[in-house]
Amino acid sequence: MSTYAGTLSRSRLSDPKTVGVVGIALGVLAFVLAIPPVTLRSAVWPVVIGFVALVFGIVAISRGATRVGGGAIAAGIAGTALALLAIQSSVSNLDQVVDASLIAQMLVFATPLTFAAVGGMFSERSGVVNIGLEGMMLMGAFWGIWGADKTGNWFLGVLIAMLAGGLLALVHAFFAIHLRADQIVGGTAVNFLALGITGYFFVQLYHGGNIPTGVSQIPSLHLTSASSSTFFGDSFGNLNYMIWAAILLVPLSYVVMFKTPLGLRIRACGEHPRAADTVGINVYVVRYASVVLSGVLAAMGGAYLTVGYLNTFNENVTAGRGFIALAALIFGNWRPFGAFGAALLFGLSTAVALRLHVYSDLASTLFQALPYVLTLIAVAGVIGRTIPPAAVGRPYKKQ
Amino acid sequence: MSEPLAPQHGPQPDEIAQEPPATPAARLARWQDAGGVLVPVATGIFAFLIGGVVIAATGHNPIQAYWDIIKGAGFNWLAHPWNTDVATTAAYNFSQTLLQTTSLILCGLAVAFAFRCGLFNIGGNGQYLVGLICANWIGVSFVNMARPAHILLGIAVAAAAGAAWAAIAGFLKATVGAHEVITTIMLNWIAYWIGNYVFLQGGPLQAPKNVPLDVPISADVVPGAQLPVFWGIPALQGLHIGFFIAIGALVVFWIVLNRTTLGYEVRAVGYNPDAAAYGGIKVRTNYIRAMAISGAFAGLAGGIDMLGYLHHFGTIDVQATSIGFLGIAVALLGRNTALGTGIAALLFGGLVYGTTHGLQSGVIDPSLAGHLTEIIQGLVVLFVGADVLILAVWNSRRKLRRQGRVAESGQPKPETAS
Repeated sequence: MSTYAGTLSRSRLSDPKTVGVVGIALGVLAFVLAIPPVTLRSAVWPVVIGFVALVFGIVAISRGATRVGGGAIAAGIAGTALALLAIQSSVSNLDQVVDASLIAQMLVFATPLTFAAVGGMFSERSGVVNIGLEGMMLMGAFWGIWGADKTGNWFLGVLIAMLAGGLLALVHAFFAIHLRADQIVGGTAVNFLALGITGYFFVQLYHGGNIPTGVSQIPSLHLTSASSSTFFGDSFGNLNYMIWAAILLVPLSYVVMFKTPLGLRIRACGEHPRAADTVGINVYVVRYASVVLSGVLAAMGGAYLTVGYLNTFNENVTAGRGFIALAALIFGNWRPFGAFGAALLFGLSTAVALRLHVYSDLASTLFQALPYVLTLIAVAGVIGRTIPPAAVGRPYKKQ
Repeated sequence: MSEPLAPQHGPQPDEIAQEPPATPAARLARWQDAGGVLVPVATGIFAFLIGGVVIAATGHNPIQAYWDIIKGAGFNWLAHPWNTDVATTAAYNFSQTLLQTTSLILCGLAVAFAFRCGLFNIGGNGQYLVGLICANWIGVSFVNMARPAHILLGIAVAAAAGAAWAAIAGFLKATVGAHEVITTIMLNWIAYWIGNYVFLQGGPLQAPKNVPLDVPISADVVPGAQLPVFWGIPALQGLHIGFFIAIGALVVFWIVLNRTTLGYEVRAVGYNPDAAAYGGIKVRTNYIRAMAISGAFAGLAGGIDMLGYLHHFGTIDVQATSIGFLGIAVALLGRNTALGTGIAALLFGGLVYGTTHGLQSGVIDPSLAGHLTEIIQGLVVLFVGADVLILAVWNSRRKLRRQGRVAESGQPKPETAS
């Protein structure tokens, strides 16, 4: 028994993939050492660790794990370079960029992305491409704050947002499913429509001015157990209800999608609608429901943005967040936790980009392009393979 | 099926109705068979009608609003075209509409060319921005160059930049099969942030005179690189010779697509990549080439806009740029043909100018009307992409035609391939 366990652990340790993953971790570590809370001010350790990561990467590549090995080499070089940059800058600047509230801010930016990406997952898993996430989000953002303003109740505002997003999704679903229009063209149209409708009614209802201040806002959850002085308290002690909702949505959607018959039906419609139809699944109903659900969820993300976070609205307030959500969905390989992880990564990059203003506006601006560059690299197949549902984008015609 | 002995040339309407064609270009072929210009015209009218309903529902007079928009676009100038004096509002507005049309033609062609190869180039906006940024760079530097050479260099670099930007998506499609819609969306946003970066305070293209003022706007293109204006006054955004470049691009588009081997290959790949590959056409090469040509059109649009009338650009302008997206509506409404794109570009050019700067009256506020353009744009794209509506029109026409033949000859004749 013991020898068996020994060989198992040894083979795992010498597995080239493991070597590569350790290399990536070391590359990240090289950078983490140079930033708060550790804040090493000497270049020795980051350089040494980065070099080790590099060696691990080369070893992994030479044993056949080219992709992970390449990642380790990239992580080693990037980690060391970033660590050297961090060491060059002053400690006070570093403390401004990296502190406990960074995590809270990452969650703030990741929340709209998570809602929309999980929504997009339902739509695309059922076989309908949803490029209109941006538009559905924008509908939620405007009608949510309008509802919260008119009813004086943030909860009703969010409900109205969900309704608006669902309605727009219904338009998309009708054209994609019943009229069998090109789903990408339809999604593009939905985005234009949302931009026009929200812009038009914003001018019409608020006369091009601003949403009045003091609109009912989604409250935050104050955790009494976490005092504000601790790292945990700064990160999670004072988060909006919608952030927690987004965090809960991820495991929930995972269970629904992968552990229930309903999820199996949705996935069947996206992989092989004809087979799904043969065993008695109503493909149209499943697709309609999934697309409308995606609109509702994307609109919740939009509503969080205006009713929960900004507490105001301006034209095209979502500013491409729906497209980042789409990117997160692809980056996360059409899976809830993957999409959430990508949303966190993109949220972090946005939060860091805003904080980089202490160094330079230019760097901060350029840094905002990072999620898109990463997604481009991801779909190019450099980091693993992204596999969309087999029948996504294909209209289905009953026989 | 009722005539088993009749020769079956091609699929029958019932069969076609069951399986939608696989590629956008094959769908396009269907659209073109179906109803000629009927469907796009009907689509346009329907979109404007719904737009009218929205105007009416929000308490404005739709007829008056549309009349104001027509006047704002200067289309009433066509009633007395001998009066070319831009001091009159109609002539000036029409020249401004043509200015918008110029870039819309090119942005429309950028979408249309890729479409004919079976690719959906949603990245026109990014390619436009990249072309525009490069044209600004060329136009601001090389101060001592001769004017024709400077202009040519600026336009060529802009087109090349757009081509290179789009070719990234084509390359990824050809090599790893990455969907061009995803990659062009990502490239759009990368171009957007690059645009924000280059004109920002301290950015590489911010004008030196704007640095102390903290204004994120580029320097003006030097007069030696500005396109000559042939209608109107340069200081008042006169119509520049880029208009003829756009018209020329329409002709080039038609010739390349319909009268060259390259165009034949592009269309063959668009109809059916597998069949094209079987016929010895290099599908991957064509993907990259079609995207590059596509991007060159959009980059050209950015280049001639910059050298023609914009002359400078700022971060706010980058954020407001949406002309590349409008190109999608132009191409789809124009059914990805040269003539159709030209007409659709004129329509949308009028809509863009007529609902914003050109709009005079108080019936509908320009800030409101501007969003009407977006709504109409969305509706046009929505309806024009709906296969089944068009199929219904096509099938009913075929049925009518067949009935007509039956009535003529007195007995049913087998359907022949058309």
